[in-house]
Amino acid sequence: MSARAIKGALLTLGFWLMVIVLVVYAVFPFYYAVITSFKPSSELFEVGYWIDHLDFSNYTAVLTQGSFLASIRNSIIVAVSVVAIALLLGLTASYALGRVRFRGRTRVMMLVLGVSMFPQVAVLSGLFEVIRTLNLYNSPGGLILSYTIFTLPFTVWVLTTFMRQLPDELEEAAIMDGASPWITLTKVFMPLMWPAMATTGLLAFIAAWNEFLFALTFTLTDSERTVPVAIALISGGSQYELPWGPIMAASVIVTVPLVILVLIFQRRIVSGLTAGAVKG
Amino acid sequence: MASVQLDHVSKRFGSTHVINGVSLSIEDGEFVVFVGPSGCGKSTLLRLIAGLESITDGDLMIGDQRVNNLTPQERGVGMVFQSYALYPHMSVYDNMAFGLKLEKAGKETVAERINETARILQLEPLLERKPKALSGGQRQRVAMGRAMAREPGILLFDEPLSNLDASLRVQMRNEIARLHGRLGSTMIYVTHDQVEAMTLADKIVVLRAGHIEQVGSPRTLYERPASKFVAGFIGSPAMNFMAATLVDATDTGCRVNVPGLGDIDLPFQARDVARGASLSLGIRPEHLQPGDPEGDNRFDVVNVEYLGNECCIYLDNATDTFLTSRVEAATPITRGDTVSLHLDPQHVHLFDSDERALARTGADRQ
Ligand SMILES: Nc1ncnc2c1ncn2[C@@H]1O[C@H](COP(=O)(O)OP(=O)(O)O)[C@@H](O)[C@H]1O
Ligand SMILES: [Mg+2]
Repeated sequence: MSARAIKGALLTLGFWLMVIVLVVYAVFPFYYAVITSFKPSSELFEVGYWIDHLDFSNYTAVLTQGSFLASIRNSIIVAVSVVAIALLLGLTASYALGRVRFRGRTRVMMLVLGVSMFPQVAVLSGLFEVIRTLNLYNSPGGLILSYTIFTLPFTVWVLTTFMRQLPDELEEAAIMDGASPWITLTKVFMPLMWPAMATTGLLAFIAAWNEFLFALTFTLTDSERTVPVAIALISGGSQYELPWGPIMAASVIVTVPLVILVLIFQRRIVSGLTAGAVKG
Repeated sequence: MASVQLDHVSKRFGSTHVINGVSLSIEDGEFVVFVGPSGCGKSTLLRLIAGLESITDGDLMIGDQRVNNLTPQERGVGMVFQSYALYPHMSVYDNMAFGLKLEKAGKETVAERINETARILQLEPLLERKPKALSGGQRQRVAMGRAMAREPGILLFDEPLSNLDASLRVQMRNEIARLHGRLGSTMIYVTHDQVEAMTLADKIVVLRAGHIEQVGSPRTLYERPASKFVAGFIGSPAMNFMAATLVDATDTGCRVNVPGLGDIDLPFQARDVARGASLSLGIRPEHLQPGDPEGDNRFDVVNVEYLGNECCIYLDNATDTFLTSRVEAATPITRGDTVSLHLDPQHVHLFDSDERALARTGADRQ
């Protein structure tokens, strides 16, 4: 074997080693959570990287707890509503910001971006007052409102950027065909914006699904909680016991839908994130 | 009735005047071509007629209705865009049917119209395809079909052939001409290609910096250009221009001196021009015939282009006058030869210092 071939083999080896390190680093915590969730509580603190038999007791424990199912339902309602509202408002806003020439358009865009820079804690108390005033405290509505506020800037920004890349002549062709702005948006632009909508929609969904601070602050009773808070509040028999098994089972239950969603949309996400980088 | 009437139409974008008081009348069924250099406002003028831009000043009439404030659809115009702008996610059929469906035309009417349009444009086998599965020429035809489907009285084209390669361009040019004969609708066509303009137009409108330089039939523009700009813009290779000095002017004509060619008598009315004024003499390459060198009339052949059906000869003389002559393909002239040049006074154009064409005298008068 020549020196060149050895060098090539070593480079390939090094490359795959790096890949393995990366994958282990990224996946190991989740993998360990999955393993833990399938262990009976008696084996919980035996360190092992493999399991020989599946034990569903943690899952039954979590799922038979009535309020956890309610939490899942709340999470779904909140996340789906946030995505729907953010996409609807984002699409219409991006049409205005990306297609209609008006004075101060750039300033509006900057403002939109600026709003999204605020840390959540900074607006927490103000938002709390708003939600109390609107009578949305301890209901999914309050969470939908507050998540939408934080999701919308990103959605608007991405969709506007995407919308601007669609050729002007496409819109003008629709105008010549007698289409109103609403028809143009829904029948001509929307079908072309699926990648961007899938991307922003999915990111909005994940953000709403995982959010903790607002969910903790704006809800009071178990029946109104969303999943992240519900998991955090799973408690054991005494105040000195942390029920790791059920917590891990609950985590797996709420993570799997996200993983499935990402896998379904992954090609769209990639094309959405890179759209416009190269002229198609 | 789909006649179009522009009355002192102007367009400003902010403080830039793009169209300055254009008045023009287009008859029903006429094929009118807007030509001019890039940036002169051709597209803007077309878009004003289409209704895609608002008119700053002046009146636009279609038939006998003032349409300044009507939508494109209400004006009854269809447009073919330079980039075609087909809806990428719709089939050819849906692309063409989009406007009709928005009009709430019945399903059968839509199908009937689309099938008829597809037949005229030979798109029948392609109706189910998406635009990305079509060739350039096919996309072009779909774009025309979409503009035609609602049967507008006026069809607008903005440089529709500029994205096609040369041979396809000639073919589509012919198809558009045939289509015009067949549909009989008014067509307004923007191009910067003067061959397209000459071959398609009933009437050419030459635009320059937002105003009309001249309107006329292709023949008028070619044979009787009203200004040096039009003379230089129409025709390929372009008209030759030579500096000339007015020597004498009478009722029947004038005499000018051209360096290298000497004094020439021409049938132009130049009595209003001061003696000794500098003029510009224009002559088309085909009217500039080379002969054996004689006296001062000596031009060096710097290049000969053989084009198969003819030759273009590029000439230069001691006073740095560069000229082009067009001769038969069998010419014995080669690079490095020296020739004299002869111009036929009947085919000479004379422009004053404002670049306006001088009027002809006698029988040659327009
Ligand atoms: N929306 C616009 N805003 C500002 N200036 C414009 C706009 N559209 C066109 N123009 C200007 O008007 C002039 C004419 O443009 P256009 O009609 O496209 O020229 P052409 O089609 O003859 O090449 C150009 O100088 C262009 O910069
Ligand atoms: Mg143009």
